[in-house]
Amino acid sequence: MISFSVNKRPVKVDVDPSTPLLWVLRENLELTGTKYGCGMAQCGACTVHINGQAVRSCVAPVSRAAGKEITTIEGLSPDLSHPLQRAWLEIDVPQCGYCQSGQIMSAAVLLNEIPNPTDDDIDQALTGNICRCGTYPRIRRAVHRAAEMMAKGGAR
Amino acid sequence: MIAERQAHDRSVVGALPRRDFLKLSVAASGGLLIGLYLPASKAAAAATFAPNAFVRIGTDDSVTVIVNHSEMGQGVFTALPMILAEELDADWTKVRFEPAPVDPVYNHPVFHMQITGGSTSTWSSFDQFRNAGAAARAMLVTAAAQRWNVDAASCRTEKSIVIHSASNRRLSYGQLAESATKITPPQQVALKDPKDFKLIGTPLKRLDTPEKTNGKGIFGIDVKLPGMLTAVVARPPVFGGKLKSFNADKTKAMPGVRKVVEVPSGVAVIADGFWTAKRGRDALQIEWDEGPMADFDSKAQREQYAAMAKQPGLVARKEGDAGSAISSAAKKIEAVYAVPYLSHAMMEPLNCAVDLRADHCEIWTGTQLQTIDRMNAAAIAGLKPEQVQIHTTLLGGGFGRRANPVSDFVSEAVHVAKAAGAPVRVIWTREDDMHGGYYRPMFYHSLVGGVDADGNPLFWSHHLVGQSIVAGTPFEMIIKDGIDPTSVEGADDVPYAIPNLSVEYHPAKIGVPVLWWRSVGHSHNAFVKESFIDELAALGGKDPFELRRKLLTKSPRNLGVLELAAEKAGWGKPLPARRARGIAVHASFESYTAQVAEVSVDSDGKVRVHRVVCAVDCGRYVNPGIIEAQMQGGVIFGLTAAFYNELTFEKGRIQQSNFHDYPMLRINETPEIEVHIVKNNEKSGGIGEPGVPCAAPAVTNAIFAATGKRIHRLPIRMNEAVGGSKEDLK
Repeated sequence: MISFSVNKRPVKVDVDPSTPLLWVLRENLELTGTKYGCGMAQCGACTVHINGQAVRSCVAPVSRAAGKEITTIEGLSPDLSHPLQRAWLEIDVPQCGYCQSGQIMSAAVLLNEIPNPTDDDIDQALTGNICRCGTYPRIRRAVHRAAEMMAKGGAR
Repeated sequence: MIAERQAHDRSVVGALPRRDFLKLSVAASGGLLIGLYLPASKAAAAATFAPNAFVRIGTDDSVTVIVNHSEMGQGVFTALPMILAEELDADWTKVRFEPAPVDPVYNHPVFHMQITGGSTSTWSSFDQFRNAGAAARAMLVTAAAQRWNVDAASCRTEKSIVIHSASNRRLSYGQLAESATKITPPQQVALKDPKDFKLIGTPLKRLDTPEKTNGKGIFGIDVKLPGMLTAVVARPPVFGGKLKSFNADKTKAMPGVRKVVEVPSGVAVIADGFWTAKRGRDALQIEWDEGPMADFDSKAQREQYAAMAKQPGLVARKEGDAGSAISSAAKKIEAVYAVPYLSHAMMEPLNCAVDLRADHCEIWTGTQLQTIDRMNAAAIAGLKPEQVQIHTTLLGGGFGRRANPVSDFVSEAVHVAKAAGAPVRVIWTREDDMHGGYYRPMFYHSLVGGVDADGNPLFWSHHLVGQSIVAGTPFEMIIKDGIDPTSVEGADDVPYAIPNLSVEYHPAKIGVPVLWWRSVGHSHNAFVKESFIDELAALGGKDPFELRRKLLTKSPRNLGVLELAAEKAGWGKPLPARRARGIAVHASFESYTAQVAEVSVDSDGKVRVHRVVCAVDCGRYVNPGIIEAQMQGGVIFGLTAAFYNELTFEKGRIQQSNFHDYPMLRINETPEIEVHIVKNNEKSGGIGEPGVPCAAPAVTNAIFAATGKRIHRLPIRMNEAVGGSKEDLK
C-alpha cells in the first residue's frame, strides 16, 4: 500500500511501486485529465505537481509520491476559477486539447515562482511541454494574462 | 489558371473528386438536405424538440447541436453550431454540442460517408447546418403563432425567443419545445441574407474550451467501461513481417496479465491495466518472419527514386514545350529536392476501446472515418454494420492518421476484443504509434528551369517520384491515367505564367504504408514549387516577391494574399545583419495563403525564425478566431517538419521512435506569427491544412536570402546547404 494525497484527498493504492504515477492516477484513481504522450518525459502531457513542483508523472514511480501531496489538473480549481484557467478561456487556447492539462500545470508552477514572467521565463518553463497543434502563441498570451489577473486579484 | 479553376470547381475537394468518391450510402438529398428522421439512439429523449438530426431543443432552453464531423482541434464543435445557431436565432449561451453517432444521415454532404478530412468540414456542412437551423426556427415560430392565433409572418425571433411585437408576447424556445414537436417540418425555408448574420463571421469562443481546460474532456484513451481490460500489441519490426512463433511464459507469469493471444497484426497482451500490459508485451519472446522488406533502406530507396526520375513519367501537366525551350533559355538551373517519410505524431497515441457482444459491438475511439471503420469492424466481428456503433470521442490530434481506409487501429482492437472475452481497449505506446506506418510518403523531386535574356522564367520541367497514398485502398478510384491527384496536387497546378511547363509523376511501389498527412501532397509540392520559383528569381536577378507578383496577374486570389503578406511583413524594408525575409504563396483546399518568414542565421549555421506573417483568403468564413489559431498551428506544424522531422529505414526498421529523435517545435522556438484574413464573398475554402504548405519554403527562401545557401532537402541541414543548385543528394 502506498499512501499519498491527491487534490487534497488522502488515497491508498495497492500497486507495484515501480508503476508510473501517471497510470495510477489515470487507471486506479480515475483522474484522466493527466495524459500519456511519450512515456519518457519528452512531451509534458503528464505534468502534475508533487509538493508544488512540476513532475512528469510518466517517469515518476508511484513510490515517489508516498507521503506527498499531488495536484492534478482536476485539483487546480473545482470550477475553472484558477487565473490560468480563466485566461485559457479568455484567450481560447486549446485546439485538440490533449496537451493542455500539462501546459497549465507547468504554467501554474511558473506563476507560483515568478508571478510576472517575461516571454523568456514562459519559454523556459514550458519548453518541456509539446503542443502538436501549435497553440504556443496563445499559451504565451494566456500566461501573461493570468499573471495580470493574479496581480489584480491578489494571489490565490 | 488551373488553381483558380479548381478552386471554383466543387468536384475537386482538396484531392478527392466528389463524383468518383465511394458511394457507400445514399445521401440525404433534395428538399432541405437535412435528415428529417432521427437515428434510433437520438429519438428517445422526451420533452425535447428534435426537428431533424442536427438539433435538439430542451424545455430548459438548451440547444444541442449534433455535429457530424470529428473534433480534432480544428474547432468544428464550435463552427458548425455557430452556423446552425445563426439560422435558428439561438441564444449562443444556451448552445451545446454533441458528436454524431454513425448513421447515413450524418454523412459528409460531398463524400457521402462519415469522414473528417480534406479541410472540408465547415464549408461542406454550411448549407446543411443553415437549413437545419432555419427549419427548426420555422417550426418554433409556427408553434408560437398557433398558440397565439396570429400569422406566423407577424412573429420574429431573437436569442431563442419568439416574439409577437404587435401584442408584445414572447415565448422561449424551451417553452415552445413540446408544441413544436407537433408541427410538420417545412419543405422549404428562407435563409438569412448574409448581411444579417450575427454569429457567422465573429470570433466567438470555442464551446469545447472549458472541458479542455479542466481535464474533463474525454479522449479515446480516457474511456472507461465496466470490467474493461487493456491490451498492448507486439507488431512486426518490419512492414510486411509475420509472426513465426512466440513464447509468453514470462509475460503470463506477471500478476495482472489476463491473456496473451495471437491477432493478425501480432501478439496482444491483455491485462488489467496499461502498465502491466506494456511490461508484459515487452517481455514476450517473439520470432518474426521479416518478409520482403527485411533489408529495406532509405538510402537505397533514394537512389532508386533518383534513377526513376531520369525516366519519362506520367504527364500531369503540360503547357508549351519545356523540352525544346531548354535550348533557347539564356540561363538554366537544375535542382533536386527531397522530403522524407513523416509521422503524424498526434499527441494522443492511437487507441480504441471495444465492447463486443454476440449481437452488437460498441466502439469508442477518436476517428476521422466512422463509416469505413464501422464496415471493417462489422466484417471482423461477423456482424452487420448496423449492429456496430461508434462513439466518437475527442481526438487528441488527427492530421489524417485517424482516417485510415483499412481502419488499422479499429480493426486490430476488434480482433483483440474477440479474444478478450471482456470489454477491452488497445493502447499504442508512442513508439508503437511512430512505428505503426501510414506516413506522409517520401518524395524525390528533380527540376530543370530556365529564364530568358530578360530574366523571366521561360520553362519549368518537374519530375516527382513517390508512393501514391490511395493505390490499393478503396479510394484508389481517384487515380486517373495512373496519376494519384494527391501526389501531384500543388505541383501540377503551378499558378505562375510560365510559357513552357511540364510536370511528370513517377508512382513508386514500396511496401511502406502511407497516408494523408496534414496538407497531403501540398506538404511537399509547395516546398518544391515555392523554392524553385525562388531559384528562378535568383537566376534571373529578380526580387522573389516582384517576380511572383508579375507571374500571378491572372491569379487574383494568389496575388491578393501574396501582396497582403508582403505589405504586412514590410517586404523590402531593411533588417539587421544576417537577417532576411523569405516569401511563399500557395493555394490548397480551395484557400489561398502566403507567408513571409523573417529568419536569422548565426555564424555557426544556427537558424532562428523570428516572425512569420501569414495572409489567408478562405472566402466567406465562420469564425476568424479559429482561423487565426489554425493558421498559427499550421505554420508550427510546417516548421516542425522543416526543421526536425524525418523517418528513415535501416534493415527494414525505422530508426526513430519518440520525441527525442523525432522532435517537435517547442514554445521557445516558436516565432511571432501574425495572421491576416482577407474578407470577401468568395466560396469558402478549407482552413485546417492550408497553413502548413508555405511554412517550409518561406523559411528556406529566407535562409537563401540571408546566406546565399539553398535548402534542397528537408529537414533543414545547414551543413548540407550549398550556394548553387547542382547538389546531388545521392
